[in-house]
Amino acid sequence: MIELTDVSVRYDDSRPPELREVNLAVEEGELALVVGRTGAGKSTLLGTINGLVPHFTGGRLSGRVIVNGLDTRDHPPREMAEVVGRVGQDPVAGFVADTVEEELAYGMEQLGVPPATMRKRVEETLDLLGVAELRGRSLATLSGGQQQRVAIGAALVTSPSVLVLDEPTSALDPGAAEEVLAAITRLVHDLGTTVVMAEHRLERAVQYADSVIVLPGDGVVRSGDPATMMIDSPVAPPVVELGRLCSWSPLPLSVRDARRAARPLRSRLGMPGTRTRPAGDTTLTARGVLVRYGDRVAVRGIDLDLAAGTVTALMGRNGSGKSSLLWALQGSGVRTAGSVVVDRVDTATSDPPGPVALVPQTAADLLYLETVSEECEVAGPAARDLLDRLAPGIPDEQNPRDLSEGQRLSLVLAIQLAADPKVLLLDEPTRGLDYLAKQRLTEQLDLLARNGCAVLVATHDVEFVAGSADRVVVLADGDVIADGPTAEVVASSPIFAPQVAKVLAPTPFLTVGDVAAAVGSLA
Amino acid sequence: MQRLPAPVHPLAWWLWAIGMAVAASFTTNPLLLLLLIGVSCFVVVVRRGNAPWARSLRVYLALGAFIVVVRVVFRCLLGAVGTGPVLVDLPRIPLPDWAAGITLLGPVHVSDLLDGLYDGLHLAAMIICVGAANSLANPKRLLKVVPISLYDIGTVVVVAVSVFPQLAESIARVRRAQRLRPVPGGRWHLVRRMIVPVLADALDRSLLLAAAMDSRGYGRRGATSPRTRRAVAVATVIGLIAVSIGIFGVLDGQAAAVFRWPAFVFGAVLAAAGLVFSARERTVTRYRPDPFDLAAWGVSISGLAAGVLMLLATEYAPAHLSTSTDPVQWPIVDLLPLLASVVGLIAVLVSPPRAIQEQEVVA
Repeated sequence: MIELTDVSVRYDDSRPPELREVNLAVEEGELALVVGRTGAGKSTLLGTINGLVPHFTGGRLSGRVIVNGLDTRDHPPREMAEVVGRVGQDPVAGFVADTVEEELAYGMEQLGVPPATMRKRVEETLDLLGVAELRGRSLATLSGGQQQRVAIGAALVTSPSVLVLDEPTSALDPGAAEEVLAAITRLVHDLGTTVVMAEHRLERAVQYADSVIVLPGDGVVRSGDPATMMIDSPVAPPVVELGRLCSWSPLPLSVRDARRAARPLRSRLGMPGTRTRPAGDTTLTARGVLVRYGDRVAVRGIDLDLAAGTVTALMGRNGSGKSSLLWALQGSGVRTAGSVVVDRVDTATSDPPGPVALVPQTAADLLYLETVSEECEVAGPAARDLLDRLAPGIPDEQNPRDLSEGQRLSLVLAIQLAADPKVLLLDEPTRGLDYLAKQRLTEQLDLLARNGCAVLVATHDVEFVAGSADRVVVLADGDVIADGPTAEVVASSPIFAPQVAKVLAPTPFLTVGDVAAAVGSLA
Repeated sequence: MQRLPAPVHPLAWWLWAIGMAVAASFTTNPLLLLLLIGVSCFVVVVRRGNAPWARSLRVYLALGAFIVVVRVVFRCLLGAVGTGPVLVDLPRIPLPDWAAGITLLGPVHVSDLLDGLYDGLHLAAMIICVGAANSLANPKRLLKVVPISLYDIGTVVVVAVSVFPQLAESIARVRRAQRLRPVPGGRWHLVRRMIVPVLADALDRSLLLAAAMDSRGYGRRGATSPRTRRAVAVATVIGLIAVSIGIFGVLDGQAAAVFRWPAFVFGAVLAAAGLVFSARERTVTRYRPDPFDLAAWGVSISGLAAGVLMLLATEYAPAHLSTSTDPVQWPIVDLLPLLASVVGLIAVLVSPPRAIQEQEVVA
């Protein structure tokens, strides 16, 4: 179905090639998962399949890419549209129409499908993806999961034989991600569509894959059976890490397989050792925080205390009020009622940089200078040292916009920490980070907490929470519905439980690190 | 007749707005201009949906205010040549001979202030009228009216138009984020810390949208040879340019005869021929197109009527279309121009409520 022969891609002669002599074949009806670190060339590889690379992006491609008999050399993306449907990371950025129905029809209009057929296929696609009740809604008012399902529907409605998905769940909460992945697997099963998908959250996707394409870096590409490829893949979900740790063979890819393999381990393991991070005094005291925008109440009178030296995770659906709460705590956002006190001073009255630092969802919004050193200079004398401690080896003269997601996050962290805040708030920091970058962030937050900072992280990422937080607060519809130690809150929830907890239940282990420590102490 | 909630054809809103803008172009009477701005804003507020582009009116109003301020400041400080009572007596700074025609400072007369104000208002009114169309009609739906021979130009225009309202969103977001960072010294920083993230954001979004459109088959061509296609595209563009020159010539009144009706007719024929040809090779079909129905006719006619009535006013009641600034006079409004300024309100009566808005209330 998809055949790449000796494909090399180079955007700039002065830089190493993005892809180097790639030979790859994806069979019809296969779900192929593209795995690799950020910047390893996943998006480039996906782009070659419908000709966006190099027709749209520029650069030089040598070799041949043939999809369903069409060579991308002779067919630009708009002509490949009949064969290849593509869904990007941010569904909103790719929407052309304004209502669900029109968005679905758009691709068919371009291909000149007769109106009667169009009407019928739009209805079928609405049903297939379970979005029929949304048909007349404006795209801007949909939730993230609904938007992404509409985007998939829009790519699918022309019945292409290949569907290319570039990190379709990276912006979604766990429930919505589940929704989208379920829709994708259904397509593979029912329609026989060939799917090529890049995904950061392997814990959800790898069990459904028929083959895995690994990009270890340096432009090389390897592909094969998932269980074999995951043995030495540079990124791996916790369940695979656990399998590697215990040298299970074959390597389990799903929680179900791992549970069966883990039977002897469960009986052998005792209780996990407690993580040692002593909580300090209460730094931030919030009472009755209420945020409303017109008629909509985003946060309904929340009380919250944050203690020095702790990392607290703030979880909940998209739109449950996490961001509003963070901005209200910081002091510069809307706060309709209530008080937030740090050091006996209300945060709303302090000028920036106040005692509460916040890293916003789009961290790049804070950056505006041409080089890393300029940014650090403006932020204060401590910034550069902090950056070197958080992420060593970022050159001074680098443009902040050319940094990787993880490096950019570290830079913004360093800038915000330069004023020595008592409390640090982070809004969705793990978006676009791969496992290693998340590990790095976990270590950074641990370092900050040990230095006496109170950290609050709003995130969807269950595995990240399991590895880094002492305490979890769950919001729903503006209210706190759960608040307690990570192990208690997370392990008892069907949606928020991390993979290791599911595998080893009822023993309350959360991360592979905990298991490794326990196994080490056994041996 | 029962009026079902439905979107009005986007072209109708654009025709309405162009009519209003034309009306504004014929007068510098501040009362009429304010009336036109008021009517545009009223129609937008009543008939817009709550999609992102619908919130851009504020940006256009701000742009209008900026134009007025700049116009007044420049007029008073750089081009003060008025007569009549002096408002502030600034010392004139002598300029060398090669800068003849420019005066730096000098006495500022009341007429300078008012001339600048009226001129600025004139331009601002036209921009706000066109901005109103942008808030009322989804710019992306206009795409469907773009013929394929203008594909590349159409893409540029649509991406530019749809990025502008999104710009308003990202400005709000960046401003919120930048409040988290202390303000360093220097005014240059103040400008840069807004502009750089906003522009980077706009650029990224445009590229993503264009890539998505390309992957979904936008701009596919029929079997016509590339050379014919290029010839047709060139002919169409030349035709449209000629039409623009023609309109300009007709409105200017001092242009050479060739650049007036002949240019307009020549351009219209050429453009129409190009469009008809490309429409025939077009492979695009339409999904449930907005009909150009009674409501659409009503909306476009009410806007165009504003333009036509104001044009008639230049013929039959030209006395108070411009207001004297020396001696200073309170602006007077005649019946015909008054009608021209408010006839645009009919659009509210004839257009149905927005469909999308209704559903959002339910949701």
